[in-house]
Amino acid sequence: MSNSVPLTLAEARDALKARKISSKELTSALVQGIAQSRGLNAFVTETPERALAMAAASDARLAKGEGGALEGLPLAIKDLFCTKGVKTTAGSRILGNFVPPYESTVTQNLWNAGAVMLGKTNLDEFAMGSSNETSAAGPVFNPWRAKNSNANLVPGGSSGGSAAAVAGDLCLAATGTDTGGSIRQPAAVTGIVGIKPTYGRCSRFGIVAFASSLDQAGPMTKTVRDAAILLGSMASVDPKDSTSMDVPVPDYEKQMEGGIKGLRVGIPKEYRIDGVPADIGGLWDKGAAWLKAQGAQIVEVSLPHTKYALPTYYIVAPAECSSNLARYDGVRFGHRTSGSVHDITELYEKSRAEGFGAEVQRRILIGTYVLSAGYYDAYYARAQKLRTLIKRDFDKAFESCDVLLTPTTPGPAFGVGEKTSDPVSMYLNDVFTVTVNLAGLPGLSVPAGLTENGLPLGLQLIGKAFDEGTVLRAGLAIEQAAQFQHKPANWWRAA
Amino acid sequence: MSVDKDTVRRIARLARLAVPEARLEPLAGELNGIFQWVEMLNEVNVDGVPAMTSVVAQKLKWRKDEVTDGGVADALMQNAPEREDTFFVVPKVVE
Amino acid sequence: MNTRPSKLVKGQTGEWEVVIGLEVHAQVLSKSKLFSGASTEFGAEPNSQVSFVDAGMPGMLPVINEKCVEQAVRTGLGLKAKINLFSIFDRKNYFYPDLPQGYQISQYKNPIVGEGEVTIDLKDGESRLVGIERLHLEQDAGKSLHDQNPDSSYVDLNRSGIALMEIVTRPDMRSSEEAAAFLRKLRAIVRYLGTCDGNMDEGSMRADVNVSVRKPGGPLGTRCEIKNVNSMRFIAQAVEYEARRQIDIIEGGGTIRQETRLFDSRLNETRSMRSKEEAHDYRYFPDPDLLPLELDANWVAEIEKSLPELPDAKKARFMGLGLSAYDASVLVAERDLADYYEDLAKGVDAKAAANWLNNEILGRLNRDGLSISQAPVSAAANNAIVAMISDKTISGKIAKDLLDIVWSDGGDPRAIVEARGLRQVTDTGAIDAAIEAVIAANPDKVEDVKAKPKLAAWFVGQVMKQTGGKANPAAVNAALKLRLNLPDEG
Ligand SMILES: [Mg+2]
Ligand SMILES: [Zn+2]
Repeated sequence: MSNSVPLTLAEARDALKARKISSKELTSALVQGIAQSRGLNAFVTETPERALAMAAASDARLAKGEGGALEGLPLAIKDLFCTKGVKTTAGSRILGNFVPPYESTVTQNLWNAGAVMLGKTNLDEFAMGSSNETSAAGPVFNPWRAKNSNANLVPGGSSGGSAAAVAGDLCLAATGTDTGGSIRQPAAVTGIVGIKPTYGRCSRFGIVAFASSLDQAGPMTKTVRDAAILLGSMASVDPKDSTSMDVPVPDYEKQMEGGIKGLRVGIPKEYRIDGVPADIGGLWDKGAAWLKAQGAQIVEVSLPHTKYALPTYYIVAPAECSSNLARYDGVRFGHRTSGSVHDITELYEKSRAEGFGAEVQRRILIGTYVLSAGYYDAYYARAQKLRTLIKRDFDKAFESCDVLLTPTTPGPAFGVGEKTSDPVSMYLNDVFTVTVNLAGLPGLSVPAGLTENGLPLGLQLIGKAFDEGTVLRAGLAIEQAAQFQHKPANWWRAA
Repeated sequence: MSVDKDTVRRIARLARLAVPEARLEPLAGELNGIFQWVEMLNEVNVDGVPAMTSVVAQKLKWRKDEVTDGGVADALMQNAPEREDTFFVVPKVVE
Repeated sequence: MNTRPSKLVKGQTGEWEVVIGLEVHAQVLSKSKLFSGASTEFGAEPNSQVSFVDAGMPGMLPVINEKCVEQAVRTGLGLKAKINLFSIFDRKNYFYPDLPQGYQISQYKNPIVGEGEVTIDLKDGESRLVGIERLHLEQDAGKSLHDQNPDSSYVDLNRSGIALMEIVTRPDMRSSEEAAAFLRKLRAIVRYLGTCDGNMDEGSMRADVNVSVRKPGGPLGTRCEIKNVNSMRFIAQAVEYEARRQIDIIEGGGTIRQETRLFDSRLNETRSMRSKEEAHDYRYFPDPDLLPLELDANWVAEIEKSLPELPDAKKARFMGLGLSAYDASVLVAERDLADYYEDLAKGVDAKAAANWLNNEILGRLNRDGLSISQAPVSAAANNAIVAMISDKTISGKIAKDLLDIVWSDGGDPRAIVEARGLRQVTDTGAIDAAIEAVIAANPDKVEDVKAKPKLAAWFVGQVMKQTGGKANPAAVNAALKLRLNLPDEG
């Protein structure tokens, strides 16, 4: 078997079941592929021994005709999921040597289903970023490059390592987390599928928190079917997460079938914003036409508070992060300054200044400010009211449609270093995705085409709460129509 | 509302982040850029709109009163920067 | 009820009124913590009762303990307070080594319990109402130990995450006695309810005391909050010191700065906690890891139905039985004592039972350093003794001797009375015989008693001695009067 494994999760699953390949073959090919692809910087930690041991155990179960839904399938895990006995850094210096003595619920679900862990993928520090350039482990490079260019592009963020690993065939699929677009945005710019499920669908237990009311785990895969398969195993009702929803996990792969005849697809007019390249608008129209051709009904809808979503997000998320990140104080775990300190306050201040990168510090400061005395009502309370209005917009829109179609990003992958100096222009990458987090809804990005420059673009489908089935069904329709078969040129692999 | 150097110093202190004096002014500039952008929220009339308390329509989960956890002092200590037996150790705190 | 005059404090410029409000932290009685499954037991090995949640490890999440919610509701009902069916958990953000998450989960704008009231009982048998502003649920912090090492503090998180009820009063108390009376009453209520053990030594109940002074009837002065005053005695000392300090400042032309102060029980003074001051921006916001706490009105009603009779109701019932307000409030102060009394008083005169308990039992317990639950003589045995006094089987004097016997040797009081022949003699023949014997032996005294009728008491004593204390004193009196021709009023 070659070290490049272009198989989808579904193909590999069927091949394993049919005993055409072994998990060990699959896993060792990917382990080698990862080792040869360090130039992408997609992985923070590789766990080859563990992967091979897990594969051997899976092969033993498969040989007996046993095994779970993901038996023997090698996955990459965003380094925001705590993995027992395996370093978990959240892309931060402050957790540089942190080895959790516990396992996140989502990853535990995956291991229970028989999946194999290849390693932990790179990410923006504490999942804060849209380009994977804020990681303490350095930037991740997008496997894609523009036509006739050798310039390195970002893979999007914050799940940039997972996106690059899937796009570069370094794993069959990966986990991501999405607070403002961190699954869908990198999926779109690396030409893969990513779904952020409904808030409360996947447990947050054991995932390093960024903004608790927005964070949600989800799959990053090569196909819509793969997303359905992986989500089915990641999702669960978890008594350890008070916000995990008590709704049984359906069979998404089954829900995905059946076509879209009669499906009402809403096109939110406020998503036509200035400054977005023509490619994007054209692809969006094409997407609507594809769905219509398959029997869907296209309706225009209005989400009037759309333009307030991003500024609302940049109050709510930093506020929650400023509090969530207070536990990184150098007392019980994590980085502690080695410099001399006079007292505990200095210990905190130095440890945290050394441990957190610039973007994380900026957001902690924003969050501290908007919650501080005299500013709470003007900022945080107002933003939480805006959130109610944004959610009401969606409730209203879903009276006249079943699913919404929008672009995923306002543009394709951009160059490394291109937007790092202007935070607001960087934040604008999430303009189409962040509304979905604020309203707690499911959102799926499907690769739908290439720019003139040969870079992938995605379309986003947004559904009602806990209606991932419809989102996947519409996504499958886009996928089948788009026939996106492009692969990045394999420029990064060392021989 | 505009953020000045002293405000940055005050919130950095609240957030327990050591910010070098030379960084205060540039940070104030960056934060102001963000806060000016966020100002657009003031266009919206939010009178009578309830603040969102949770996006999921669900009752808070309750746990039974049972002892199911603890007894993991060693695992707890394993990542500690400084420890003494099963105590975490910090520089002397004076009250 | 609140019309009783305040106790005033003398200053240079006249009299001052002390205004006191309390914030009491009462540890909820529960097996596990508010948001984790770790044990709440007192005195375990350091960090042995800590879950990853309590230590604020990355990705750990809180899940609420239903028992703690129930206990808060029970307590609220016991304080005759409004139960809020919708409440919210907020984060109170600050850095401290024993606060692992960097925030305390508490309730800020929407507490689980709203306004209520407590009647406090004062020494003179009077009462006063103290308003309750709110009760909210929150997590306790861990403990920093400062004495193990000269350069370091050690952190133990066993307490971290234990459920506390913070109970905030209105500034309705006017002296340290009233503050102490409030705490005693609150402690009695939570003990009756079984929601807190009220043990101040183990820190299960701690009080922050808000003190201000004003000219009687004038506007409220600026208050200072004195943190963690951990015994009834310290509360009295802290209030006295703080009131005097504030009066001296104002009378010296100064103004009071609102601040947090610490009571130093060694120096018997309060002092400013500057460190606490500067970090006073807690940035409260609703905890996004938790949804709002919504209660079912029927569930609250069920809890209300299950409440025991509380001290005030019990006191009123005891007074209805003929006890004085003072006796009744002493008896209801501790549930064990009230229960003991109720068993003791079964089928006998309530007042006689109360007197017996107050004068005989409590006196002996006090002498021996025992609590009511450690009393060596059961309530039932005492009930038998009191019953024997009232049906005149034994005299009061014999009863006390009998109690001493049972106290030290145990045994059934009725059997002892029979075995040792302690029955009271009411047979006039035997009494007359004893009187004749005394008269025969003391003819001179018979003459004297005619002139000084008060000497009759001497005769009574002699007759009692003659009968080994078993004669009924009333019968002896009557017979003597007849025999010696004494006037009626003796
Ligand atoms: Mg307080
Ligand atoms: Zn408190």
